Amino acid sequence: MRVVRLASETDFEGWRVAARTLRAEAVEPAQALWTVDGGQASLFPADAPQSPEAGTGGFKVSRAFVDLAGRVALHRSPERFDLLYRLLWRLEATPRLLEIASDPDVSLALDMQSQVNRAVHKMKAFVRFREVEAQGGLETFVAWFEPAHRVTEATAPFFTRRFSNMAFSILTPDVCAHWDTQALSFTPGADPADAPAGDDLEAYWRTYFASTFNPARLRTAAMVREMPKRYWRNLPEASLIPEMTRAAGDRTTAMVEKAPSEPARRIVRAPRADGAALGAGDGPPSSLEAVAAGVDGCRRCPLWRDATQGVAGEGPAEARLMIVGEQPGDQEDLAGRPFVGPAGQVFDEALSAAGVPRNEAYVTNAVKHFKHQLRGKRRLHKTPEAPEIEACRWWLDAERQIVRPRVIIAMGATAARSVLGKATPIGKLRGQALQLEDQAQAVVTWHPSYLLRLPDRAAKAKAQAEFIEDLRFAWSLANAAVEA
Amino acid sequence: MAVLDLKQKLSILADAAKYDASCASSGAGKRDSKGGKGVGSTEGMGICHAYTPDGRCVSLLKILLTNYCIYDCAYCVNRVSSNTPRARFAVQEVVDLTLGFYKRNYIEGLFLSSGIIRNSDYTMEAMVAVAKALRADHDFRGYIHLKLIPEASPELTNQAALYADRVSINVELPREESLAAFAPEKDAGVIRKAMGAVRLGIEAGKEPARKTRPPKYAPAGQSTQMIIGADGARDGEILARSNTLYGNYGLRRVYYSAFSPIPDVAKSLPAQRPPLMREHRLYQADWLMRFYGFETHEIVGPGEDLDLAIDPKLAWALRNRADFPVDVNTASRETLLRVPGLGTRSVDRMIAARRLTRLNLADVKRLARSIEKLKPFVITSDWSPGALADRADLRDRFAPPPQQLSLF
Repeated sequence: MRVVRLASETDFEGWRVAARTLRAEAVEPAQALWTVDGGQASLFPADAPQSPEAGTGGFKVSRAFVDLAGRVALHRSPERFDLLYRLLWRLEATPRLLEIASDPDVSLALDMQSQVNRAVHKMKAFVRFREVEAQGGLETFVAWFEPAHRVTEATAPFFTRRFSNMAFSILTPDVCAHWDTQALSFTPGADPADAPAGDDLEAYWRTYFASTFNPARLRTAAMVREMPKRYWRNLPEASLIPEMTRAAGDRTTAMVEKAPSEPARRIVRAPRADGAALGAGDGPPSSLEAVAAGVDGCRRCPLWRDATQGVAGEGPAEARLMIVGEQPGDQEDLAGRPFVGPAGQVFDEALSAAGVPRNEAYVTNAVKHFKHQLRGKRRLHKTPEAPEIEACRWWLDAERQIVRPRVIIAMGATAARSVLGKATPIGKLRGQALQLEDQAQAVVTWHPSYLLRLPDRAAKAKAQAEFIEDLRFAWSLANAAVEA
Repeated sequence: MAVLDLKQKLSILADAAKYDASCASSGAGKRDSKGGKGVGSTEGMGICHAYTPDGRCVSLLKILLTNYCIYDCAYCVNRVSSNTPRARFAVQEVVDLTLGFYKRNYIEGLFLSSGIIRNSDYTMEAMVAVAKALRADHDFRGYIHLKLIPEASPELTNQAALYADRVSINVELPREESLAAFAPEKDAGVIRKAMGAVRLGIEAGKEPARKTRPPKYAPAGQSTQMIIGADGARDGEILARSNTLYGNYGLRRVYYSAFSPIPDVAKSLPAQRPPLMREHRLYQADWLMRFYGFETHEIVGPGEDLDLAIDPKLAWALRNRADFPVDVNTASRETLLRVPGLGTRSVDRMIAARRLTRLNLADVKRLARSIEKLKPFVITSDWSPGALADRADLRDRFAPPPQQLSLF
């Protein structure tokens, strides 16, 4: 039997050195006895001389094991060092042992690790500082805390990051941590009597705790699961819990049974929201503002339901050129403006290449709400169908009536269908002036999203050039019409 | 009127804020007070500093700036027509309480909301002033969650999102149509647009920095809440709405808040016991959609409600018995995630372990922490459920006796 005496309950480094040595000397787990001898500085008794050379030779373990072992060492179980040495021993035959979480030893170590992690987390949560007299002009706080496992040293740095500019001490039965805004130091365990007895703000905290509780939702089991009773004696708010729990039933019954009351004072209400949905019954709008309001409240087809807002056109009411796209996309739906997303970028670049000033054209879409389907967390564009295009023509026709453009560019099949009233092959009819019934002329061309989606570079460059050419042609047509 | 002291105000304004279910203090990324002048840190993971007997965590100082309100939302204790006692904090009072509580390690930060006084901008401005004082005057680096008022101006929303870690706008009720009946001053369209604007702000803030990094815009994202059981919406409708909200606005969370009795109820919405189990099942279903690869329609049909007696994954498995049992030694991750009683962590550990060993029932028990629920649905190297998987009374074996359903 080899006896190892570690310097303290959390002497993980001592365990590592000793474990390496024993491993190198082929001491089987059953032959190693791990003890803690806090008073002694020496790590090994006389019969186990430290031999670092042997310890570092040849045997390597993964970072994952060192991390796991470092956590498990903080567990209060007296078996922990024994378990860790057994794992270390088994790692030679099974280097990937830690991946077998179903193995009894690994499973036990993982359980202990998660209990230690929980203790760390609960320490971050349940330490309660009390203010003491300022030291050297620094706000100073002291807490008494009893951690479930020996996690004080491991958790203290968290508090120094959080409270780096105030001085504090966390006193525990195991060890005490002290921070003076510069350095973290540790002293031996303390006694509850060493900590301050109270803090003026605790009365406010207790008031808050009692007030934020909803008596109609009593679920004490959930509370105790997350805030185990072992922590209660050091929580200033916990002494309120029994009475809060006891009175909850009566408070709830009183609320449920009490009849509604009349307001005891004169009421000044805010105006009601006028989310009035404009439906099929209303006449066509006569201004672009009315179109915008109408589009936003439109219920003529179900597309509004999953969209953020209806996106009406944008541009001068007397524009000579109207440009019609398919429908708003993801970005347009959020921003409430046409052509601001990726296709909008392609559109803007083409406009400037064609010499068409966007702010002189009226830019809109055939369908005003974003049709999409969810794929995971992303909204994917879906092409509008004939009934939706038909329903939304009401708005495009109104925009055409108000703006009365000389030329309308219809980008893509949906826009062409809406503007011309029938399915129109873009490839065949693009680049020419098509006469419309209301005296305006139409030019059909590619939709900017189509250019984005074309995979072939040459085809893309060709379509891009045609798109710019069509924009330029339509713009000259619109201006020629004015001059004539 | 008697002058209220700070403790009375705190009592009124914490009571008035407690019906908002959001408590998260996570997702803000890493920062701490080193090199600064004040206190505060966030390390990604939220911390719950206390729990009240309602089982809810206390993570943030959750208060209203004021519970005076000109709106008349029937479900709300602070509606203009309620006789609840009123109070209003001064900006400095909120700042002092937040810092005082924070330094004693009671809280992770502040969750500030407010009744609407005068108008939306006036109210939003006062809330922004609190956040600004904490950040700019006191170098506070803890967590701040600000409730946005949808009607407030874009500039104020923007400022709020730059000071806050998380912002939220409540959709309030599962059915948009219900707003007209129960919250006549609120406009569903305005709420949607405000959430859309926040998503755009968050995404713009994440774009790769050119020369200077833009200031962080709501680094912990946005969330929303809907009240369950006040309008007639079925669970299928509620989950479909959540799904749309997650997709449209990139929400971190949709909170479901069981409609709870409030002191001084409105005539149009009488008090009732809160449907806590329903709320719990909705959260479970929400989790299945977000982390377990379930589509909404697989969990519950549009006009249906979730089974209150058993969890939604078990309910799905019982409806799809042909898919079971699955062999834990060979099934895909997606398939294992659909086994009742297996969580994401257990599944990942199972997949890692089975590369090196054949899993038997005892192994699975150690991985999954429990075994009874799993047994009818899995095959291991030494176990096959045989007739157990086909038993007609399988549901009854898992459903608790009816009287345990009541949480009272």
